[in-house]
Amino acid sequence: MEEKIYTKDREIVIPGDLLAEGMDFLPAGKAFRESDKIYASTIGLVSIKGRVIKVIPLAGRYMPKVGDVIIGKVTGIGFSGWQVDIDSPYNADLNIGEASQGYIDLGKTDMSKFFDIGDYLLGEIISITESKFVKLTAKNRPYRRLRGGNVIQVSPSKIPRIIGKQGSMINTLKKNSDCDVIVGQNGLVWIKGTPEKEAVVAQAIKLIETESHKSGLTDRIKTMLEKIKSAQPSEPAKEEVKEGGQ
Amino acid sequence: MGGGIGAPEHLIVNGKRLDGRKLDEIRPLKIMAGVIKNADGSCQLEFGKTKIVATVYGPREALPKHISRPDRAVITCDYTMASFSTPERGRPGPNRRSSEISNLIADSLAPAIMLQKYPRTMINVYITVTNANAGTRCAAITAAAVALADAGIEMRDLVTSLAAGKIENHLALDLFEVEDNFGDADVPIAVMPRTEEVTLLQMDGRLTPEEFKTILKMLRKQVHEIYKVQKQALISKYKQEKSEEEVEQ
Repeated sequence: MEEKIYTKDREIVIPGDLLAEGMDFLPAGKAFRESDKIYASTIGLVSIKGRVIKVIPLAGRYMPKVGDVIIGKVTGIGFSGWQVDIDSPYNADLNIGEASQGYIDLGKTDMSKFFDIGDYLLGEIISITESKFVKLTAKNRPYRRLRGGNVIQVSPSKIPRIIGKQGSMINTLKKNSDCDVIVGQNGLVWIKGTPEKEAVVAQAIKLIETESHKSGLTDRIKTMLEKIKSAQPSEPAKEEVKEGGQ
Repeated sequence: MGGGIGAPEHLIVNGKRLDGRKLDEIRPLKIMAGVIKNADGSCQLEFGKTKIVATVYGPREALPKHISRPDRAVITCDYTMASFSTPERGRPGPNRRSSEISNLIADSLAPAIMLQKYPRTMINVYITVTNANAGTRCAAITAAAVALADAGIEMRDLVTSLAAGKIENHLALDLFEVEDNFGDADVPIAVMPRTEEVTLLQMDGRLTPEEFKTILKMLRKQVHEIYKVQKQALISKYKQEKSEEEVEQ
């Protein structure tokens, strides 16, 4: 059988673009197979690794995936759990058994003591059904209710950029600002520090989102944050928190 | 058809049409993707004097809840002609024509979208015609397809649409307003350019079977030229992101 690749690594493709021909290639990410040909299904960048042809999306809403660490907002309390808005087309459910390590007596406990409506939480997606019913866990550390702080929203496709290579960008942010920063895979970022510093970190993250294509961004962020640091005496660093893995 | 008040004496003068085009020539086409920041995807399109803005929201929670499907997304479309889009001011709000075109646009886009990837959701397409000069339904479909792709929605293919018709016994591509009003027939078509599947085919007026076949052939060929413009619009919006990736390397 004829085998051929019609695209280059890191090329921008649009839905319906022919990527490769031949049964030996495997479509991954946002690529799909039709008979012996592989096409892109969304606007994105091609990544060719051996026989695997992948399309990394450049746009689109967050689609939940098992194992993703996400930040969500509690929107409702049910009989035995919470509804959580995870900034995706689907709401997630957090069952009471996944909320605490101890036993919770439903008859005696006020569930809003664990998570109240409007609270933000850090959780992990543990299951998704065929029709996309999403279940979360927030039982074990570091998953928990996020007290105080601020949550900002960025495009989920920019999350790898905010974390940086081996977490270089996120570490720069944390070290130079004395703020706790947690990045959720769904595009929500939680920042906690003094209000002024939170505002600066939020600004820095927006800068990463809009100007991620310019070089030397990490250094620019560093100087931006250092200016603030020297302006006011810094407080001792808050507890170290693991951010959502990439 | 033919004649009527304000009808020009001829629609073809010296082998050229009233706006100076040849019979198989389309109007200048300009497409821009991602023009509206708050929408998930958007597109602005200018096709001669016809001007359209398409916006896409979604996939998002299907509301009202009873329209949601457990196995796939629901696509809705709202086509509106701005009251200032026609020479005579139009009455705002939906009318018989606009609701029919809304449904027709949704139906011609649906085959291209991987609806089964987004169960229990809806995708909303909003189309506003800011200036109407014939061919609005085709321009709307072309623009909506670009806006859907810009929203990052998974699709099997884009959808490209174009109309052709018959004026003074000649077949001509992409009629503009005068030709549309005083011509003899109008055939809009929507095609998925990769698979060549037809998702919309209508006819208004009269054609012989031979003429109809010729017109289809003309349309199917020309649709690929429009596809190139659609593709270019999408790629140029995201070119920036590519250079960013190269910096990283």
